[in-house]
Amino acid sequence: MHNNELTYQRKDLPSSISKIGMTLLIVGIILGVAAFFVDHTRAVYNYLIAFTFMISIGVGALFLIALEYIVGADWSVPIRRVVEFFAATIPLLALLVIPLLFNIGELFHWSHPEAVAEDEILNAKAPYLNVTFFIIRVFVLIGLWSLFYFFFMRNSKKQDTTKDQKLTTINIRLSAIFIPIFAFTITISAIDWLMSIEPHWFSTIIGVYFFAGTVIAALAAVTLATVLLKENGYLHPAMTNDHLYSLGALLFAFVNFWGYIAFSQYMLIWYADLPEETFWFMQKWEGSWAIFSIGLIIIKFLVPYITLVSQPAKMDPRKLKFISIWLLFAHFYDLFWFVMPEMEELSGGYSFSWIDLVFPIAAVGLIILVFNMKAKKENLIPIGDPKLQRGLDFHL
Amino acid sequence: MTDKKIFGVTALFNDPNAIIAAARKVASSGFTKWDVNSPYPIHGIDKAMKMKPSKLGIVTLIFGLSGAALALILMWWTMSVDYPMIIGGKPYFSLPAFIPVTFEITVIMATLSTVVAMFAFFFGLPRNSHALHDTDYMKKVSRDHYGIVIEATDPNFDEKATLQFLKDLKPLSTEIIYHSEKETYPIFEPRFIGLLLGVAVVVSIGTYLMLNKLMYIVPFDWMDKQAKVIPQSGSEFFADGRGMRLPVEGTVAKGFIPYPFEGQTNPTEVLSNPYFPTKESLELGERKFLTYCSPCHGNYGDGDSRLAGQFPNPPTLHSDRARSFSDGMIYHIITVGQNVMPSYASQVTRDERWAIVNYIRALQRAKNATDSDLNFVKAE
Repeated sequence: MHNNELTYQRKDLPSSISKIGMTLLIVGIILGVAAFFVDHTRAVYNYLIAFTFMISIGVGALFLIALEYIVGADWSVPIRRVVEFFAATIPLLALLVIPLLFNIGELFHWSHPEAVAEDEILNAKAPYLNVTFFIIRVFVLIGLWSLFYFFFMRNSKKQDTTKDQKLTTINIRLSAIFIPIFAFTITISAIDWLMSIEPHWFSTIIGVYFFAGTVIAALAAVTLATVLLKENGYLHPAMTNDHLYSLGALLFAFVNFWGYIAFSQYMLIWYADLPEETFWFMQKWEGSWAIFSIGLIIIKFLVPYITLVSQPAKMDPRKLKFISIWLLFAHFYDLFWFVMPEMEELSGGYSFSWIDLVFPIAAVGLIILVFNMKAKKENLIPIGDPKLQRGLDFHL
Repeated sequence: MTDKKIFGVTALFNDPNAIIAAARKVASSGFTKWDVNSPYPIHGIDKAMKMKPSKLGIVTLIFGLSGAALALILMWWTMSVDYPMIIGGKPYFSLPAFIPVTFEITVIMATLSTVVAMFAFFFGLPRNSHALHDTDYMKKVSRDHYGIVIEATDPNFDEKATLQFLKDLKPLSTEIIYHSEKETYPIFEPRFIGLLLGVAVVVSIGTYLMLNKLMYIVPFDWMDKQAKVIPQSGSEFFADGRGMRLPVEGTVAKGFIPYPFEGQTNPTEVLSNPYFPTKESLELGERKFLTYCSPCHGNYGDGDSRLAGQFPNPPTLHSDRARSFSDGMIYHIITVGQNVMPSYASQVTRDERWAIVNYIRALQRAKNATDSDLNFVKAE
């Protein structure tokens, strides 16, 4: 059972990865810039979707790191670096947010003082929903996430050489501080970026809704990367499909959690039937948006549920690859469904435009590039972690 | 010693890795009737023992699905077919409202069926004693050791060879387990029965006190004493002191048609019977007459009350005066009352009153039949 000697040979990822990432990013950026000239409003809305998707991957991964420390999980230690590499996109958010900040007026109705002045509801919400406080919030949140990412990563990296157990203890304490901060910050991001596009609407469950989707996206990214790396022999050979099973089970759990939360949000609003809440769902039932709404149930709940429900499916690398790509798309679809019907030209129904496809390309390219860059610099396995051996020995 | 029946041989280990290695060897040497005992589930033991995946999941799936179907059928039948009720302005069959119940029933059916199936198929109920019970071996594997037991019913079992096989695995110790000489049934022990009775008594007393006493003690009486108006009671909240509110002046209840002839003695000219004495009308009239009229007027309208003097007897409905009443007059009397007879407007609806009128007419005709009427009967 014991591998007495922990042998790990560093291997660089193939150069084709960086080429793929670079190509996607450059194509995405060129088309994205063109999109801003062709249809400015639509480009801004799509940029927002891609941005919230990046938040999901980065901050969701950071949450998974904290989760591993705080629950004392062993099985995920051999793949923690994969999670950490995804979290490495967090500091970039401070740059990525800038184009959005220049277009606050385009996105947010509440940012126009003259509109707020004649609207009693917006007037009452003005102490929270105003441009100055919004920008402060945005940078405080990104700052907090980056700070925690920096500390987690620094301790984890240091452990590779020092093998100091105290660093794990420090990270456990950091996690205990981070988890409540995460709950608070992810709720605020959901309110700021997603809910305030329609400032008259409110849902008290929106933070949990975004959180569920965020964890699904981060887990799907981690699962996809883990399966691919494992298949090509970049991870430790002692890793078995039992490790994959844990990822599959977590994915399944969060798919259920998302379904539960999404339905709770819908049912409470449907039951109370208050016009100030229902109009938001009515918008998503206008014209062809109705198909999108039905599609959301199928894409983000039914298909993953049926795919992952059996025990063997949760550790089948082929099914996991399929479902993690599917779920990454599903999270993007969810955000798209959330944001796009708020665009005035699309409020009556969806009409296709190439602009909708551009920004995800750039986002995926960027994530691959960041991942590859980190993989070049760091070990793919936290070789100094005291729990690594137990993690490798993990069996169902 | 020799007449004792062997149950099996056991071996003890004190390391989870050792037990996994040992289990692997036992599994690959062809034994089928054997088991591993440990104080907690050991990761990887299923694979080491070469166990087939549990079939329990199938039970869970089947019962979970039938739970979902059952809940939906129940709610569909009760809420939209058998007794349709409008709740919160929602359609009779409103799926979002049914989902939580469906979810709960699915979960409860799936979990309960899993537990029951586990007891029935895997725990070997109703057997309540086992040769391993109360052995030194069982006490150790329940605490801090890990054990393997190979049963004597295994086709490859041979007392000496199997014992040697286990010894070759280098365990801490090995032991031969015998069936106990007499079967004991610990559930019939007075101590155990006494414990059950004691628990029953304590739970009963506790429940009784909780539901009958505790609920009426401050501060646990919050359910009993609520700040709300109880029907038929007064309220200081309203100026007139009534708890229940009167309808707004000039409003009419849904389905109610005001009666405009109250206080008049004979509105017969304007009130005419809108119903023919059809079979349905007469049957409805009979039912309502027997329910509401017959206690005083008698089953056939003879004025022979069944109330035995508790209430003054009304005159017969077959007098010339009563027979000369127009339909409208009888309807009027039922609606507003006459002499000591009260109004029946709140008990009998408008259509039912006309049906009663038709029925009284039939009674009067029957009581005063002529010979020529017999011709109709004969013709039929």
